[in-house]
Amino acid sequence: MTPLEKVEGRAIPLGLKNVDTDVIIPAHWLKTTTREGMGRGAFESLRADPDNLFDSADYKGAPILIAGDNFGCGSSREHAAWALGDLGIRVVIAPSYSDIFSGNAVKNGILPVVLPQAAIDRLMEVAATDPVHVDLDTQTVTTPFQDRFAFEIDPFRKMCLLEGLDEISLTEKSDAAIGAYEAKLDADRPWMRPVAAS
Amino acid sequence: MTQPRTLYEKIWDAHVVEQRPDGTALIFIDRHLVHEVTSPQAFAGLRASGRTVRRPDLTLAVPDHNVPTTARLDANGNKLPIADPESAAQLAALEKNAPEYGIRYIDAVAPEQGIVHVVGPEQGFSLPGTTIVCGDSHTACHGGIGALAFGIGTSEVEHVLATQTLLLQPSKTMEVRVEGEVGPGVTAKDIILHITGTIGAAGGTGHVIEYTGSAIRALSIEGRLTVSNMAIEGGARAGLIAPDETTFAYLKGRPYAPKGADWDAAVAYWKSLATDPGATYDKTVVIDAAAIAPSVTWGTSPEDVVPITGVVPDPASFADPSKQAAAAKSLAYMGLEPGTRMQDVPIENIFIGSCTNSRIEDMRAAAAIVKGRKKADNVRWAIVVPGSGLVKAQAEAEGLDRIFTDAGLEWREPGCSACLAMNPDKVPAGERCASTSNRNFVGRQGPGSRTHLVSPAMAAAAAVTGRLTDVRELMA
Repeated sequence: MTPLEKVEGRAIPLGLKNVDTDVIIPAHWLKTTTREGMGRGAFESLRADPDNLFDSADYKGAPILIAGDNFGCGSSREHAAWALGDLGIRVVIAPSYSDIFSGNAVKNGILPVVLPQAAIDRLMEVAATDPVHVDLDTQTVTTPFQDRFAFEIDPFRKMCLLEGLDEISLTEKSDAAIGAYEAKLDADRPWMRPVAAS
Repeated sequence: MTQPRTLYEKIWDAHVVEQRPDGTALIFIDRHLVHEVTSPQAFAGLRASGRTVRRPDLTLAVPDHNVPTTARLDANGNKLPIADPESAAQLAALEKNAPEYGIRYIDAVAPEQGIVHVVGPEQGFSLPGTTIVCGDSHTACHGGIGALAFGIGTSEVEHVLATQTLLLQPSKTMEVRVEGEVGPGVTAKDIILHITGTIGAAGGTGHVIEYTGSAIRALSIEGRLTVSNMAIEGGARAGLIAPDETTFAYLKGRPYAPKGADWDAAVAYWKSLATDPGATYDKTVVIDAAAIAPSVTWGTSPEDVVPITGVVPDPASFADPSKQAAAAKSLAYMGLEPGTRMQDVPIENIFIGSCTNSRIEDMRAAAAIVKGRKKADNVRWAIVVPGSGLVKAQAEAEGLDRIFTDAGLEWREPGCSACLAMNPDKVPAGERCASTSNRNFVGRQGPGSRTHLVSPAMAAAAAVTGRLTDVRELMA
């Protein structure tokens, strides 16, 4: 995973609320056995409009996306995060996210910034003409016009993003604890093991 | 005396492997369900890093999303090839990965194959008080039997395969209490559509919803699975319904359920899981069951719910400006005008199926409406897709398949089908579908498709009248 600390560039002012994962990447793009190339199908229904933001000269390749409430709702498909990553998006800024999407985003080096609607409204204005700057280390979003918005992030997620960490390697350090849990489970609730079908 | 705890808190506490100082915890996963669409990249990741599957015995794989719902065997009993090469490749990958890692695998042509969220409870693989994950957001479904079950992304699928754990932040708790008795023609699907319309598509974000109250307790397991299935449509990653005698009666004797003395020990444990008197939730919503009508969606978010007796809302009627904009966009996509009576909306396609509504009770409810009637002429395509081979066999034993086919509806093989347009079952652009599935998103049932979410009985009613219909008019 590519570490993420500072991202500066144009921000796509999408602004819509309840952007679901079928909009981010329709299901027919999910018939693949790799993680690559999802950008081609990203926002397919919106990009059917020739005047869409994503393919406009101003926003093509922009690293930041601004959206409304409940971004990434719906399906658990990690393909949504892969599709955003493949488009070059490293940061999404929205008032709220679906729980599954925000987890998937972080695991793919994409920062989901949570800011109140008033801040989103201001950033949408700025994004129309100017770049936006996101700093994960200081947890701030700033603009060339002295706007400064602080955001909260779970410390573990922050560390994973800053260091580009592989979560499985971290969990493997708890191997003994997992083994101890399994042994206790077998002793306390032996019926939890699925019996062979008879 | 320990602090009173909710059902969620009890299941969480019983699964903490390691508590971290930052509030997250490493949580043990009791059951991992795997399907063909969200697992290939996870197995590829394991292979690339030289890792193995820690607990193949707790993992069950079954293909469901991509499998065509037409015949899978030829006249000689040989497997028919899958026409779409990409789907065929995903199915082949699962068929290869599962045995390679020692994982139980239900083949696409096995009698017990079906939608993973139908198969889990049906096989007794999903049990109360367990943690269950799957690379599919409708894993929330298994909360209907009292399991803490939620969808995960592919990186988490790989994490669970490798470690049998997930690092999680505890959720907040939300109680949705549905009190009283529902009226005639009102089903579990109407209850959950009504709840979603009430709390909104983000109403449960960050929460696990426990459904309580007399109307929930009165539901069969099939109905409870329908309700919990759509917890995610209200933003909650998981839903929960406390296990009770209905749950135990449903699970007893299922292939993977505990047997003999183990069964008794399991039931005693499950009974201890109910939310303690005095335990508190972060949020409570109370709903009057008697106020719920047969319900239908008008827009492209599952929160866009009205009673079938209602009309298409005017976007200006919403207080929130962003909802006004979204509603206007939805109506343009759906080809609907504000003020149109929902019952006047013509329907060209019918889909009865999906992990929300494809169990035997759903088949019976739809058949009861269709019986002795014919599909309306303007209904171009109407398919009934049982959730598993076992549901299919049961329905056929009861003669339900003949009721559907006599009326002009197609009777299919089990799978996810037209819920998500990943297989050949799709709704054409610009056409409407009365669908028993769970999502009415833009393009969900095919590019340009227009979905109206309804119960199986309501979908059956639309099939015979050719328009959205108040099922109560067709009930004797």
